[in-house]
Amino acid sequence: MHKHYVIAAAVVLAGGFGSLALAKETSFETVQKGKYLTQAADCVACHTVENGKPFAGGRAIETPFGTIYSANITPDRETGIGAWSDDEFYRAMHQGIGPDGTRLYPAFPYPYFTKMTREDVLAVRAYLNTIPAVNNRRPDPKLTWPLGYRALMRGWNWVFFQEGTFKQNSEKSAEWNRGAYLVEGPGHCGACHTPKNTLGGDKRSNALEGNQIQHWFAPKLDNDRQNGLGTWSVDEIAEYLKTGRNRHSGATGLMGEVVANSTSKLDDADLHAIAVYLKDVTAVTPEKAIQPEQAQMDAGKAIFADSCAACHQSDGKGVPHMFPPLAANANAQSSDPTSVMRVILEGARTVATDARPTPSSMPAYGWKLSDAEIAAVATYVRNSWGNAANAVTPAQVKSLRGALHATTQ
Amino acid sequence: MARKLPSADVVLVGFGWTGAILGQELTDAGLQVVAIERGSWRDTPTDFAVTFAQDELRYYWRRALFQQPARETLTFRNNATETALPMRRLGSFLPGTGVGGAGIHWNGMTFRFLPSDFIAKSHNTQRYGADAVPADMTIQDWGVTYDELEPYYDKFEYLCGIAGKAGNIKGKIQDGGNPFEGARSRDYPTPPMDMVYGPTLFAAAAKELGHRPFPGPSANMSRAYTNPLGVQLAPCTYCGFCEKYGCGNYSKASAQTTILPVLLRKDNFELRTESEVTKINLDSSGKRAVSVTYVDAQGQEYEQPAELIILCAYQLHNVRLMLLSGIGMPYDSASGVGVVGKNYGYQITSSVDVFFDDKFINPFIGAGSLGMVVDEFNGDNFDHTGLGFIGGGYIAGWNTNGRPIETHRTPQGTPRWGAKWKRAVAENYLKSFSISTHGAVMSHRTNALDLDPTYRDILGRPLMRMTFDFTDNEHRMSDYLTDRAAEIAKAMQPREMKVTKRTGSYSIVPYQTTHNTGGAIMGTDPKSSAINRYLQSWDVPNVFVMGSTAFPQNPGYNPTGTVGALAYWAADAIKTQYMKNPGPLVQA
Repeated sequence: MHKHYVIAAAVVLAGGFGSLALAKETSFETVQKGKYLTQAADCVACHTVENGKPFAGGRAIETPFGTIYSANITPDRETGIGAWSDDEFYRAMHQGIGPDGTRLYPAFPYPYFTKMTREDVLAVRAYLNTIPAVNNRRPDPKLTWPLGYRALMRGWNWVFFQEGTFKQNSEKSAEWNRGAYLVEGPGHCGACHTPKNTLGGDKRSNALEGNQIQHWFAPKLDNDRQNGLGTWSVDEIAEYLKTGRNRHSGATGLMGEVVANSTSKLDDADLHAIAVYLKDVTAVTPEKAIQPEQAQMDAGKAIFADSCAACHQSDGKGVPHMFPPLAANANAQSSDPTSVMRVILEGARTVATDARPTPSSMPAYGWKLSDAEIAAVATYVRNSWGNAANAVTPAQVKSLRGALHATTQ
Repeated sequence: MARKLPSADVVLVGFGWTGAILGQELTDAGLQVVAIERGSWRDTPTDFAVTFAQDELRYYWRRALFQQPARETLTFRNNATETALPMRRLGSFLPGTGVGGAGIHWNGMTFRFLPSDFIAKSHNTQRYGADAVPADMTIQDWGVTYDELEPYYDKFEYLCGIAGKAGNIKGKIQDGGNPFEGARSRDYPTPPMDMVYGPTLFAAAAKELGHRPFPGPSANMSRAYTNPLGVQLAPCTYCGFCEKYGCGNYSKASAQTTILPVLLRKDNFELRTESEVTKINLDSSGKRAVSVTYVDAQGQEYEQPAELIILCAYQLHNVRLMLLSGIGMPYDSASGVGVVGKNYGYQITSSVDVFFDDKFINPFIGAGSLGMVVDEFNGDNFDHTGLGFIGGGYIAGWNTNGRPIETHRTPQGTPRWGAKWKRAVAENYLKSFSISTHGAVMSHRTNALDLDPTYRDILGRPLMRMTFDFTDNEHRMSDYLTDRAAEIAKAMQPREMKVTKRTGSYSIVPYQTTHNTGGAIMGTDPKSSAINRYLQSWDVPNVFVMGSTAFPQNPGYNPTGTVGALAYWAADAIKTQYMKNPGPLVQA
């Protein structure tokens, strides 16, 4: 009964508006697809200031070369991208060139978006056209000389940028290829997780081998069992991306934002595809760690018992899905200890999602523990219960503390 | 002049346990809910982090989490011949303030009341004759039965992940649980906490005397738990900082650890903190509430209209707001007429300390609700014939804490300060244990709440005046209970013991328990109760009143389990009955 009404209404509409109604129908699907891809690409994260209007830009992006501010990508014609043609939008996404011919800085991850199909890129555009226009001019970038000259980007692109839409690998499954497309294209995982050379270009031969970014270490995403994803199953990777946690870990910091804004909103099938692809990234065995000094381990053990064991447990096994286990923890054993030091200094808050609403948190210890104490407990965590990684030095903690402007007692 | 705000479907006054429950249930039903809380926002990592949560000076001595008397207090007297004076430092009880309310700093003892507790008046007169309830003992039946509340007790216990052992599942008595409890539909969601030495000794002694001790039902987690809302709690670390403290390990059930992560994500819920509701405004008929007036931290006054107004503040504040707003007839204890302020109740406690030479109790391995309980002398679990009192209480061996500023048991005759005191503390700290009794208070005509004629709060409103004393019934009952506790203590074979009975008039100064009840009690008759069996005001049917405010008298258990069950019971009535047909749910 109800169904008949719907059909009748559709006929009336089609009769009344003819091809216009049809065009709108198609457009809705495109917009929905564009919204999905915009989430997959986590555009909102960089293009929105904290508590600001979505996509209105102006968020400061710290790079090793200075600070740049994200663009306003709302349809505002003056300060946003409302006046851009579809071709201009595609050129920006595919080649990193603005409508006036200026070169964009690769903090805007066009080296990844170049892999997106034109159809997908224009779907993103179609969605961005639907959001409220906001008049908001972003500040000028503050880059170290001579990088303020955008013309230099022409050379950078020539050396580091590889233009080209994603090509299917016919030897792999359709699912693998979907995962690869999402990871290498819109998801731009490598923007954080791939090591960079001194000029900020991806070390392509070391894709997804971990990278320091904004005073976090974005861990290796290869299949290594010690500090990669080797101990995570496909389902556990998908669970992490969907819910913000699994039995191994919980997403905090920048990855917490990625889960909240992006991966938690993706289809289960796409998350599974991403996981299948990541599980196929060849493991790179880390260099053998140097045995830490016993005195530092002893100090670390005492601090751990006093300050950490209540949640992470004396055996390092944690409370799965709540307080991450530290035993066999890939993050804890990363070659670069930045994230370990940072969560001890500043604390951490696991992202809350619909599936896992509890934002389980770790308090800050920066005000309570000295550089040497933090180095000791970090070293203990990195070298207990079967873990192995190089010791952390007080100088490393001091340097990070200074960088984070963390307060001390 | 109050700034008038757009109307909401529901306003919750106060945002502790009951506010969070009502907020969650009514937003689920699609209503637009605004909660107004006088205190501040508080959450585990920011306010109770393990790096500073265990700070006795800050939280116990300086009372960081409690209502601040400079902002709001009450006046007190033992009886009507005295002049009530204001409390300038909290003592006998510690109401909370801020998000989560007193549910932040509770111990976590989560009992159900006995089936006979809900029909105290009719049950006792039936069993012991009309004389068992003297004319001035103004106890009443609740208007709701245990069986009706059972599904809602269950809901609250599963929300919280209560650790315990059932004693009665669907009428079948279970070994190791409380054989006196009402039938429950299923066991507790999590097993009991790991028992430590002191309570184990207590339970063994109690068993020797023929009692049936059981593990105290605990909102301190015996293991990790994910509740039906998907909110997670972590296992308790037995640090011994529960009562008067927030939990830094997500191990104690509170609004923050069971509901708020889900509720605060909802678009149809809004929380306004640092905002104190000063009045509920009625229309010209006086039979319908139209809005609440509140004042924010800057002193700006607002009027928030709503279709439904639910009082979720602490028991004393709910009653005071009703008195200040003219909802229900104020109670006059001289004539016994009126309902608001009637049947204020409390509890009566005592202790028996035991001291050993050879047994290390290690009191610092504690948790708020870690212990063994004997229920043989609670409610009407025993024959009161010839005893001269009704009601009872439980006897428990808790290992709640060994916090050094607060907890240092010394034997009888120890000086209260100086070198001898220090030596006694050092000798006995690790090797002493306390048995406590937790007794009911039956309502009495003269124990009541009203507005103070003299003293006012910072906003110029009259303070609440409390008139309360223990009666013969309480003293006889508590002495009886303490004697039973002493028998158990003796069976523990200590070197020595110290019996501390509750004697004389009630003193509001030393801490006893934050279990204040009554003042706007539930019942079946608008002449003798302020709210009906669904916690709905008889006089203003779009006002509901949550909390222990509704208890007609105070049974011998900790109240939070029943407060939670009643909140779910009322929420269900609002959802299934009131929303379909707003108006009185019970015809007077």
